[in-house]
Amino acid sequence: MKNLLILGAGSAGTMMANHLNDKLPKDWKITIVDQSEKHYYQPGFLFLPFGIYEEKDCFKRQKKYIPDTVKYIQKGIEIIMPEKHQVRLEGNEVLKYDLLIIATGSRIAPEEVEGMKGAEWRKSVFDFYTFEGSKALRKKLESFDGGKLVVHITEMPIKCPVAPLEFAFLADWYFRERGIRDQVDITYVTPLDGAFTKPTAANTLGHLLEDKGIKIVPDFAIASVNNNEKKIVSWDEIEVPFDLLVTIPTNMGDDVILRSGMGDDLNFIPTKKHTLQSESYEDVFVLGDATNLPTSKAGSVAHFEAEVLTENILRYIKGEALKEDFDGHANCFVETGYHKAMLIDFNYDQEPVPGVFPFNGIGPMKLLEENRMNHWGKLAFRWVYWNMLMKGKKIPFISPKMSYSGKKINKEEQSTKEEVLN
Amino acid sequence: METIIANRPVELNEQGYLLNMDQWDKEIARSIAAEEDIELTDRHFEILDYLRTEQEKGTALSIRRVGKSGVVDIKEFYQLFPNGPLKKASRIAGIPKPASCI
Repeated sequence: MKNLLILGAGSAGTMMANHLNDKLPKDWKITIVDQSEKHYYQPGFLFLPFGIYEEKDCFKRQKKYIPDTVKYIQKGIEIIMPEKHQVRLEGNEVLKYDLLIIATGSRIAPEEVEGMKGAEWRKSVFDFYTFEGSKALRKKLESFDGGKLVVHITEMPIKCPVAPLEFAFLADWYFRERGIRDQVDITYVTPLDGAFTKPTAANTLGHLLEDKGIKIVPDFAIASVNNNEKKIVSWDEIEVPFDLLVTIPTNMGDDVILRSGMGDDLNFIPTKKHTLQSESYEDVFVLGDATNLPTSKAGSVAHFEAEVLTENILRYIKGEALKEDFDGHANCFVETGYHKAMLIDFNYDQEPVPGVFPFNGIGPMKLLEENRMNHWGKLAFRWVYWNMLMKGKKIPFISPKMSYSGKKINKEEQSTKEEVLN
Repeated sequence: METIIANRPVELNEQGYLLNMDQWDKEIARSIAAEEDIELTDRHFEILDYLRTEQEKGTALSIRRVGKSGVVDIKEFYQLFPNGPLKKASRIAGIPKPASCI
């Protein structure tokens, strides 16, 4: 028997197990390893603090989503030894593989910034990228009666780069509903030169922040959190005071990647952009947040990667050339509050632009424009996630490669905007 | 577009970054730095050399990487090239604008 080993049973690893389970040749068996008993629905961490979701909406039992014919091991991973084609788990168990898929994701690393995990951590300094952080923030918001709310990104890349914007939009709505919006001063602090990484969307989202009375502090590279005086300080000594700091700490790949010496300076694994094969080892493939690919770290990206990677793994096993099919496609809902959302659809080469999705001339979703349909799409997505994506079912009409049809692409306009923003 | 910097013809992109790092020399660096109100010292040049060497190796540069390089810490990097040091230093070093983050 030959062994295909998957490390990580989050979105990416679980999808791969389901995609490959009935497609591999008969002499292959699949093993998947993950230390967590729970599979978290991470988009829920955005909704939990505002009481839109409850705790129970944010996770299910991991095992439920792993096919019975796949061997599931709930253990921590000690080290990957790619030269020996082996992985050692906690308790010294060693697994040999013929093919390895790494889907160990990313984690927040607040310890990377001086003072971030200081005396005020989870008192007035919060994250919402973990279940614990999101839960704690909900309690804090309930008792927050006014003052300076600072929503902050430490450094790029981060998982789901629209989430901090969504948090700011939802906070505006939340405090308005509570009737205290005029007592809450919301500031959005980012290391980027605008509201988003790509110019057209940065422009649209920047205006939206302005319309909602949210101030933006761009080009802010944080040096430290001052816990005594409750302010964040940049390397060029700009200070932003806060009563409540909601920060997105540095995102890094899993520590096992560091221990195995397989990552870059953020523990992300150098991966071939279009095939998802590791840059260094031909029997190692990488997908999801664990890669160093220049696209968003998002569930939709993992989903599109999983379809391309499934094909490539079958080709690799047959000794055929890999398909260079992954184009960096990402598709993200952006909740903007008041039962509305935007949708953005983009890839390595095409930034998000206005238009309709998925059908040219019809929609019904709108790209880079707020509407209610998009919001219902985002809410329906939780069902789609558990019942289609995790089970490896294709979503009708949405292909792994980004479609240019339905998008309003104006090259000239784009380059002018780029200039303005830079 | 082609333009003249420090009496030398160079190709720039629309954001003012050199298209060909081999067209760079110290006079061009001084000239671009002057546009940014920076007067280059030997210390500046040490960092520009480091950036150019890394660029030649194909390294994806980031502030974090520069800060951990042992060549300069982030605080000094900001003092030498205020307001967006990596973007400014890259332009002065004649290398492409660091790939924007995702």
